[in-house]
Order: sequence, then structure tokens, then C-alpha cells
Amino acid sequence: MKASAGGYARAESTRHAIELLVSADGQGRVLAGGQSLVAALNMRLSSDDLLVDISRLSELSGVRDAGGTLRIGALTRHAEIGRSQLVRTHAPLLSEAVRYIAHAAIRNRGTIGGALAHADPAAEFPACALALGATLHVEGPNGARAIAAEDFFESVFTTALDEDEILVELSLPKCGPGDAQVIEEVARRSGDYALAGLCLVKRPTAYRVALFSVAETPVLAQRCMAALEAGDPDGAVEALRAEISPPSDTQATAEYRRHLAGILLRRALARLQGDRS
Amino acid sequence: MTPGFVRKADVALTVNGEPVEATVPVGQHLVDFLRLELGLTGAHASCEHGVCGACTVQVDGQAIRGCLMLAVQAEGTEVWTVEGLTEQAAITDLQDAFVARNALQCGFCTPGFLVAAKDLLAMGGVPTRAETREHLSGNYCRCTGYEAIIDAVRSVAQARAAKGAV
Ligand SMILES: Cc1cc2nc3c(=O)[nH]c(=O)nc-3n(C[C@H](O)[C@H](O)[C@H](O)COP(=O)(O)OP(=O)(O)OC[C@H]3O[C@@H](n4cnc5c(N)ncnc54)[C@H](O)[C@@H]3O)c2cc1C
Ligand code: FES
Ligand code: FES
Repeated sequence: MKASAGGYARAESTRHAIELLVSADGQGRVLAGGQSLVAALNMRLSSDDLLVDISRLSELSGVRDAGGTLRIGALTRHAEIGRSQLVRTHAPLLSEAVRYIAHAAIRNRGTIGGALAHADPAAEFPACALALGATLHVEGPNGARAIAAEDFFESVFTTALDEDEILVELSLPKCGPGDAQVIEEVARRSGDYALAGLCLVKRPTAYRVALFSVAETPVLAQRCMAALEAGDPDGAVEALRAEISPPSDTQATAEYRRHLAGILLRRALARLQGDRS
Repeated sequence: MTPGFVRKADVALTVNGEPVEATVPVGQHLVDFLRLELGLTGAHASCEHGVCGACTVQVDGQAIRGCLMLAVQAEGTEVWTVEGLTEQAAITDLQDAFVARNALQCGFCTPGFLVAAKDLLAMGGVPTRAETREHLSGNYCRCTGYEAIIDAVRSVAQARAAKGAV
């Protein structure tokens, strides 16, 4: 099918993009890498959108070391994140996640901000942001605000972003000495969305476990995390399986997803053991 | 029309080394522009939602999905399709290897595979079989079963590496 768009404007700056969204009066739609949005336009899942193309805004792209945190511009492409030495050093979870996302040609265009704003429950980066305790920085007509990843993902394809706000950057606490970050997922074929996936972040006194493709949003497995902190990996697997309620669909049953979640946790923990020895 | 937004836009870009100027409807994706406006029918429009890879073209040196980029977004870019790459003899060894290994039957997927494989080969070295499969995982072939395609791409990587070594 052929794409349909109500209109198009190329933003010259972040400020200009916000002005365009305001003037679009609810019909505006940010266009970043287009790897989800143009597909939706082609399928006419969305039409009459007034596209605000931010893809040329170099100010929104790139990775930088901001002292205590790592800051990643919303327009940084998946492939760039995969290549970035700064990301490899300070947020290895993201480097590893990239290879699970789609295919090379899609990673050349898709952006991390797009993946977060799109909020597909099966996507890797939203769960990574949650596991890492990232902060999402957004700008709108009323100024800037910072939203914790915990508060950003509200439902399937729905976030805390207002219709005239733009996600500009995310900031992450850096991976410290002795920390470990791993991602595990099961998908039918390379590049497919995961049937279930798990991010594990280990810090000196705490664990964070975030899952994707098991609920309407990425979720933190709080009871599982508490069991890990108490030094009880078997209890953590049990707690994890009990605390999630995944959906059944044409891809997998709820029971299978719950089973996978436990397997993924065991795989992740085994890798942490391997790292230590 | 809401001020600031347009339904048609002027674009100027380079396609296969030639400057091109056109006015495009803003909803038109790059592959339709190449096929319908420029008559470059090498890249195919098939699934049109990013799944099959038949539309793969090179934009500013990188393989991308032609169906997931709007033509208006190609403003100022350098686009290469299988036609231009063929004329430039940039992929002759790859094309010869595809023929020699029977890496195509109907040929519908081939332009996409060639551009995706060119991207992989540009990284240098000899990718393993697993790396080759992974890199080409976003391209569908309904005929060959892939093995011959992987063989062809790896044989070119090996030949290029051997040439570089002398
Ligand atoms: C075949 C295929 C397989 C894929 N597989 C995976 C996969 O396995 N895992 C995965 O995670 N993803 C996958 N993707 C999606 C891909 O990662 C996209 O790049 C990503 O979801 C969207 O990023 P984008 O920059 O392309 O955003 P766009 O498509 O441009 O935008 C997506 C949405 O986010 C909004 N948006 C984008 N940027 C901003 C911003 N800065 N501020 C506010 N709103 C914004 C847009 O308005 C739109 O609603 C796949 C895509 C395809 C086509
Ligand atoms: S036509 Fe673009 S990926 Fe299928
Ligand atoms: S040769 Fe027919 S689809 Fe690949």
C-alpha cells in the first residue's frame, strides 16, 4: 500500500520542531528514523499526520561523557550506538542490545529516541532504559522536563510525552567497576521482535531486572530483584515467573513466555558467574 | 494546509552519480520515487513495511530500506541503486559470484541482496558464515534457500582478501 501523509515540514532546530508541533494542533507527528513511522504510513495505520521531520537536527545526535552520566542524543542511530566506544565502556547493555534490534539496514536509520518514543512493548531499548535507571529529557512549548524511565512508558505505544513534546536526550548512570550488564532474549529469527527478553544490571549492592515482550510496557521485576539481592537465585526465578502476567498471542502463549522469562534469567545469571571466573 | 507544512516538496539529490531535481508528494517513499519517477526499477517495492529487504538501496554510503525513507528525506543525499553500482563496476565480482553459485533464481530479491552484501563486504575482512547470515537476515529470498547466496558473498570476501594480501 502507499503512504499517506497530511503534510510535511523539515525542522531547522528543536525549537522550530516544537513550534511546528504546536501549530499542527494535535495532528503533528515527529519523524525521526522513520523505521516504525514510515512503515505505519505505508500501511495506512496512520494517515493525515503532519510530519515534523527532525532527522536533520545534528544537535540531537551523538553520545557524550557528562562526568557522572552518559548522555545519548535522541537521534543517535542504532548502528552508531553499536559502534560507540563510550557506550561500550559506560553502558555495555545498549551495545549488546543493538545486535538484537532488527537488521543492519534498519539499524542504519532507526534512532534510540524513536525506539523509546515508539514504546513497542517488545523493543529492547525501552527495557534497557528501565534496567539502567535512565532519565529521559524532553522539550516542549512550556520548556524542558526530565522523566524517569519508570514513569515514561505508560502502555502499548504510549508514553508520558505530550503531543507537542520532543524527546531530546537520555542520560544514564555509568557502569561502575564491578557492575555487570547483560541482555538475553528469545526470538524466532534473527532480527525479529523478541518473544520474551530480559535485561539484568548488577551493581555493588543492587540488582535491576527489566523484561520486555511480557506486558504492555517494559517492566521491572521487583520481587525477583529483591530475591537476587538476598542471594537467592532459585527464589528469584520463581518470583519472576510469579510476578509477570504475559499475554498470549499468535507468537507465544502466556505460559511459554513465563517459562522463557525464567530461562532468560538463569542464562543471564550464568553469564555473570562466567564474567567473574 | 497548516502553515509551515507542505503536501509536495522540491528535492535535489544525486542518483547514481547524476544530479536529480523533482517535486514529490511528501508521502512518497524513496523506492517509488526511483521506480516511478526515474524509471530505476532495480530496487523493488514489495512488502513496503521494512520486512523483506527487496527495496534496499545505498544512501550516503549506507544500505537502507528504500520503502522506509520518504523521497523528501533524500534531499541532498547521494543515492546508489543496483543500476548505478553495475555501471560503475562496483559489484561486478559479487554479481559474477551470484551467477557462478546459482545464488538467484527468479532474481526478485537479488538487487536488495547485492546492496546489503556490498555493505557487509565494505567492512573488510572475511565475515564468518554466521556473520554473513546475520548481516543478510533482513533480506528475504523465496527461491534459493539462502545457502548459495551466503556462499557467493563469502567467496567474494575471500577473493578480495586474497587480492589485498598480495
Ligand atoms: C522489520 C523491522 C524489524 C524491527 N525489529 C525491531 C526489533 O527487533 N527491536 C526493536 O526495538 N525495534 C525494531 N524495529 C523498529 C526500529 O528499531 C525503529 O527504528 C524504532 O522503533 C523507531 O525509531 P525511528 O527513529 O525509526 O522512529 P520513527 O519511526 O521515526 O518514529 C517512531 C515513533 O516515535 C515518535 N518519535 C520518534 N522520535 C521522537 C522524538 N525524538 N521525540 C518524540 N517522538 C518521537 C514518532 O512520532 C513515531 O510515533 C524494527 C523495525 C522494522 C521495520
Ligand atoms: S519493500 Fe522495503 S523491506 Fe520490503
Ligand atoms: S531468487 Fe527469487 S526471491 Fe530470491
